[in-house]
Amino acid sequence: MPVFLLNPHRTWLLLVLATAATFWVRADGVVGLAAGAATLGIAWLKGRLVILDFMELREAPRLWRGIIEGWLLLVTVLVFVFYRFGPELLAQTT
Amino acid sequence: MPVALTAPANPHSASQRLPGDPDIWFLIVAELLTFGMFFVTYAGYRALDVDLFNASQLKLDRTLGVINTLFMLTSSWAVVSAVRAARRDRPAEVPRYLALAIMLGVGFMLVKAIEYSEKFANGISITTDTFFMFYFCLTIIHLLHVIGGTAILTVMWAKARRGGYRANSIKGLETGASYWHMVDLLWIFLFPLLYLLR
Repeated sequence: MPVFLLNPHRTWLLLVLATAATFWVRADGVVGLAAGAATLGIAWLKGRLVILDFMELREAPRLWRGIIEGWLLLVTVLVFVFYRFGPELLAQTT
Repeated sequence: MPVALTAPANPHSASQRLPGDPDIWFLIVAELLTFGMFFVTYAGYRALDVDLFNASQLKLDRTLGVINTLFMLTSSWAVVSAVRAARRDRPAEVPRYLALAIMLGVGFMLVKAIEYSEKFANGISITTDTFFMFYFCLTIIHLLHVIGGTAILTVMWAKARRGGYRANSIKGLETGASYWHMVDLLWIFLFPLLYLLR
């Protein structure tokens, strides 16, 4: 198997490609929900790669893996909720 | 006559366990929760003034942000490689990988210095508007963790140069490595949040 397909090299390569993808998605600075969702989705996937492969939580006790993966998912979802619904939600309270 | 019923643990496997000293993982979770609250708070304040945040965000240098992301990702790769070298009982390789990680950490700091001085030169500071308050607060707090993490890497590099890390003496290395990956993980979310999400 070629060296670049082995971990951690494969993980690093995927992270670099994902970074390029987010940069490309946002290259023109245009505002848009689909691009915003894609940006957050890619951030979530990149975070998962670091958590599971670099931090080695793929092989860790399930409780710890669950807590840290759960943190990433929760933060991503909450940020998305504010991003997508925040203006309407907050306009009712201020 | 007593007989050993279990085989000795394979020092090269990362079996169902947390790398390093378990205490660091409590610190890691505490840091993640803290930054998580910062991230969500940013998203909340952004929702109160989307136009301002979109306009101010355009003044950020996304290319420098991507460069810093590549620095962080590659430094984590280098730290993982250092740990693998120790696990394979190749102690001479460990300090070389750590040295690379340290240089990339310093590179990150230099890029941030360039970014901040460019902002100040254009009259932008922490009091310019709400977006820039968040930009400076969050990136400076993260930068402090980069500085602390680089100091940890340097201490480990010094020990590695004396051949201190091998398969049966690796806990300290794994502990510092886990902390560094946390610093990387935070930036991986912070960069798109501040620089790209609009």
